[in-house]
Amino acid sequence: MTKKHSTVASQVMWNRLISVVEEQAQALIRTAFSTSVREAGDLSAGVYAVDGQMLAQAVTGTPGHVNAMADSVAHFIRRIGYPNIFEGDVYVTNDPWEGTGHLHDITVVTPAFHQGQHVGFLACTAHVVDIGGRGFGADGNSIYEEGLYIPIMKFAERGEVNQTLIAILRGNVREPDQVVGDFYALATCNEIGQRRLIDMMAEFEISKLDGIAEFIMENSRRATLECIAALKPGQASGSMTIDGYSNPVEIHVSLDIQKDRIICDFTGTSGLDKKGINVPLVYTKAYACYALKCAIAPEIPNNAASLAPFEIDAPENCIVNAVHPAPVALRHVIGHMIPDAVYNALDKLLPDTVPSEGAGTLCNFQVSLRPRTDIQVPKSAVRAEVLAFNSGGAGARPTLDGLSATAFPSGVKTMPVEATEHTGPIIIWRKELRPDSGGVGEFRGGLGQYMEVGATEDHEFDFSAMFDRVDHPARGRQGGGNGAPTTITRGNGELMNGKGKQFVPSGGRVLMAFPGGAGYGDPAKRDLNLVRRDYARGYISAQTAKQDYGLTDEDINNVDEQVKQGEEVQ
Amino acid sequence: MSQTSVRMGVDIGGTFTDVVLEIGGRSFSTKVLTTYVAPENAIIDGMKQVCELASISVSKIDQIIHGTTLATNALIERRGAKTALITTQGFRDVIEMRSESRFEQYDLNLTLPEPLLARQQRYTVNERVSAKGGVLIPLDRAEVESLVETIKIAGYESIAVGLMHSYLNSRHEEMIREVLIDKLPGVSVSLSSEVSPQMREYERFNTVVANAYIKPMMKSYLDRLGGQLQNEGVSCPIFLMHSGGGIISIESAAEFPVRLVESGPAGGAVFAAHIASQYGLDKVLSFDMGGTTAKICLIKGQAPKTSRVFEVARSYRFKKGSGMPISIPVIDMVEIGAGGGSLAHVDSMRQIRVGPESAGSEPGPACYGRGGDRPAVTDADLVLGKLDPDNFAGGSIKLDTDSASQSLLSVVGKKLDLDAQTSAYGLCEVVDENMANAARVHAVENGEDLAEYTMIAFGGAAPLHAGRLCEKLGVERLLVPTGAGVGSAIGFLRAPFSFEANRSVYMRLSNFKVAVIQHILSELETESSSFVRSCDANAEMRSEYKAYMRYTGQGEEIPIVLSKEQALNPDASTFHQLFEEDYIGLFGRAVEGMDIEITVWSVNTSTIPVAVTAIDLSVQFVQASSSGERRLFDPALGENVQADIILRNSLEADSFILGPAVITEDETTIILPSSRQAICQTDGCIDIQRIDTTQH
Repeated sequence: MTKKHSTVASQVMWNRLISVVEEQAQALIRTAFSTSVREAGDLSAGVYAVDGQMLAQAVTGTPGHVNAMADSVAHFIRRIGYPNIFEGDVYVTNDPWEGTGHLHDITVVTPAFHQGQHVGFLACTAHVVDIGGRGFGADGNSIYEEGLYIPIMKFAERGEVNQTLIAILRGNVREPDQVVGDFYALATCNEIGQRRLIDMMAEFEISKLDGIAEFIMENSRRATLECIAALKPGQASGSMTIDGYSNPVEIHVSLDIQKDRIICDFTGTSGLDKKGINVPLVYTKAYACYALKCAIAPEIPNNAASLAPFEIDAPENCIVNAVHPAPVALRHVIGHMIPDAVYNALDKLLPDTVPSEGAGTLCNFQVSLRPRTDIQVPKSAVRAEVLAFNSGGAGARPTLDGLSATAFPSGVKTMPVEATEHTGPIIIWRKELRPDSGGVGEFRGGLGQYMEVGATEDHEFDFSAMFDRVDHPARGRQGGGNGAPTTITRGNGELMNGKGKQFVPSGGRVLMAFPGGAGYGDPAKRDLNLVRRDYARGYISAQTAKQDYGLTDEDINNVDEQVKQGEEVQ
Repeated sequence: MSQTSVRMGVDIGGTFTDVVLEIGGRSFSTKVLTTYVAPENAIIDGMKQVCELASISVSKIDQIIHGTTLATNALIERRGAKTALITTQGFRDVIEMRSESRFEQYDLNLTLPEPLLARQQRYTVNERVSAKGGVLIPLDRAEVESLVETIKIAGYESIAVGLMHSYLNSRHEEMIREVLIDKLPGVSVSLSSEVSPQMREYERFNTVVANAYIKPMMKSYLDRLGGQLQNEGVSCPIFLMHSGGGIISIESAAEFPVRLVESGPAGGAVFAAHIASQYGLDKVLSFDMGGTTAKICLIKGQAPKTSRVFEVARSYRFKKGSGMPISIPVIDMVEIGAGGGSLAHVDSMRQIRVGPESAGSEPGPACYGRGGDRPAVTDADLVLGKLDPDNFAGGSIKLDTDSASQSLLSVVGKKLDLDAQTSAYGLCEVVDENMANAARVHAVENGEDLAEYTMIAFGGAAPLHAGRLCEKLGVERLLVPTGAGVGSAIGFLRAPFSFEANRSVYMRLSNFKVAVIQHILSELETESSSFVRSCDANAEMRSEYKAYMRYTGQGEEIPIVLSKEQALNPDASTFHQLFEEDYIGLFGRAVEGMDIEITVWSVNTSTIPVAVTAIDLSVQFVQASSSGERRLFDPALGENVQADIILRNSLEADSFILGPAVITEDETTIILPSSRQAICQTDGCIDIQRIDTTQH
């Protein structure tokens, strides 16, 4: 009976650990200052064994952090050293290669102590609104221009906060109150996780996490291996070209499904870009692994064992394995494209499973507002940094339309426009779906969106663009059409660049059309009722309905009449 | 209400309509099947039954308090009016684009819930209010008039108006209403600045759309109900329970029907709060577990915790983000898919998972013997000896232990190499742990330590699991009141008349404007008290003032309760101090050097509830007589024990029971673990406490 009871108790403890990290993540959302964390959920939280193996991580969060953070704790252990780990300590870094890929992500690690013994770690990561340097954008030529670099160090020792670090931080970032607030929020969130972890250990009367760690690892490993063993072994390669910054970037992927592992190699991928869109390998691993897990083993929670069978590699100093001191601030622009590139190869080994290409990269921009400099303005004019997270359309699936204006692969949310407008003198004039942007197909690609942004009276701004798919729209599968590309112009119609900082004078506006997802399958096979519905809703124009899907003028008139009568048209 | 008045509480639930009649101290209750097509019929039916039990004529009823899931169901089942939305140009798709995220990150075939209104039912006007409340683009009346023509041709019955930043400046929304009333006098209109004057366009627009969508239907239902009652000779006033735990007039309910969503569970929380007052308990965790879900609510100072936003109609395993956000004053509850009918399976990690899928009543758990072959929580309860197969639901359903064991073995036992009992143990531990985790996360979000709490359990399945939940949560005391089966309807009769008015008005403590605050709070108080006055012209009222505050730059506010004095004579340093105290309570430390801002103000006015008679706690312990013994599995000990069987209706005040025991009644069974002892209090409530082992 004893052994069986321990099975039930272990089940309960695994459940509990997932709840611990979820509480940790919720605490971070509630206490964080930067909009990207509190409104957009750009964060992650996890619990680790004393040897640095990740045991559980919060469901809340975004994949880029999630898997990257898995490796991070080992770096902390190596740098700090076990003899220097004390109760009440809190460690911090924003090292892109030992954290989660760029200086804006702050990773905080807290050792957990139970009955005076070091039993494990809590870690969390969040994107802060500013880290100094040039500001968040692609324009850096090396990491040195991208902001303050914090090597792995103690944020607090035995409960005493490192005031030197706080002073340096305050002196180097544009929004010191918010950034310092976020450091505290990260520390608090680990503290809450730690408290609950210790409660659990007391309740189950255990003094170490070794037993439960072994249980979690064994079950996760076996389940993951079963999922992989169920696949047909084989090799395939795929590639995708995207805009890049100075030159187009080619991502090459070769996949090798073996009995007990999947090897994913990026040999052949373009070299480094001069500007800050290069990707540290941790981040490449995170998204490659995420893509494979979604398609192959979606139900298995992330931990050291469930991630291990996915072996990701890339040659040093190609754009997906950038090493110090390459600029990496916008590593997500390329990183978010990795799943589509991986799926290009996986589709050949595992048909009818993966979606068509989508917008991929989040359609983010940062606006640096200030009082206009060309004429004297009232003192009420202010400076502010506003970061907006937005999404284009996702790719159509083998049996479903793509999701409109929905992030994939990123897990973040958009911020409410009303909340964004409270953070600075910005006005968002438009944020709505972009008709005809979803690639045609038996299953239509998700729609992108339109946005239009300006400043309030007396202000001008720098607009930092972080877009892709201007020249390389999402490609369809199985006869599905491409999604619409990104466009960005000034109010007068003049084209702007998809990446980089661009000045917008007072009264000026930026007009953006974010990309749609690609279609899946032959559009001629699309259910005509869905075509009529899409036309009634204005997802597609009359022209598309006729040209690509074969509606007649009579069909169009009928739908117009139904819409006039306020009918839903299902 | 005087002691001799006759009051009736009615709760329309998904399966049953519960009716409770109280005359002075006596109460009579019944459960009738909900009549979906005309829900008023079940009320009339139930009303006649309870009046017959009480031997009174229906005309003697002085007051009816009503709560219903009709509004919730209409939203879940999408049975609303033909509705249009008028919104700001450029923001037509706010309710469709949601948060632009996926609530389940690893599902490549995820689908998102459709918005309540399709895109062609959403119209725009060229206007814009700024984040400071100023007008950036004035609204042109001629444009509205021409839009109203289009709306007229389309034949919409109900119009929602939601414009950007209207919570700061509602003038444009009001202008649109003026034109609508002028040109389309019959149409129903809802303004976002009235239904939910709060920042965040997705929540606000969705709330006003939901209100507009159910308004014609709810109005028609309430009119019919009034008419039918009149026909039956009932002419007393009818009031509605709202989601915030108070009651409002039938007219207010018809105007803001979205406030009726989740009124049933709110009644349950009020029921628990009332028991808390009788027992003088300041910290209570209410635990309501039925067939498909469990609801958990924190009750502090005898008032349920409230919130400003919640989610209805979750479409994906009760997952956060998969429903529609509704921002209205609401009792803050966690609802998870864990009930007696929740089904278990073993996943690819060889972990037992329970719920949210439920066996429902057909085919029901395997032990019902109606063809169900997957194990439900009830099957596990049966195999562990918590239920008596011959006396379930008063003996009306005979339970089949063999079928329960078989289903446990085939779905759980074979995969994990466990026998039927250990499988059942694992299943129960997982479901109890899920509920405990939900309670823990909820407590953390509210900065509370559950060890200081008392649990009050009601609903059919709660007493079977509450004891174990207390062990898991470190809760020392558990009360199982009488009447737990119709707890919500009883709760309606305990609720005060109340209305919460709130408004978003930004202010930083560094720019504290005393006169503005006084003005906002006095306006809000006028609004909330006039709603209460419309229900009761004479009763004494009191108002609670709150400011929702945060450090400048944060996204989540915390509600700071202000005393009347602090509200009438606001002072920045007091506000600062109140905020920091609460912030430290929640998150451990204050943040130095940050400005603090206030985003939302609210005033909740309510009548003063009837004074509660405190229960005289039993001081003598008389050993209760056992009607037998049976084998019961005790999960904390991990072994079988012999438990006394006690009939609840044989208990008298002061009866004492030492765990392990099972206390049985028609509607449910109370499990008393080996770690607990119980006393029957004078009001029939079973008062369960941890046995203090240090004394032995």
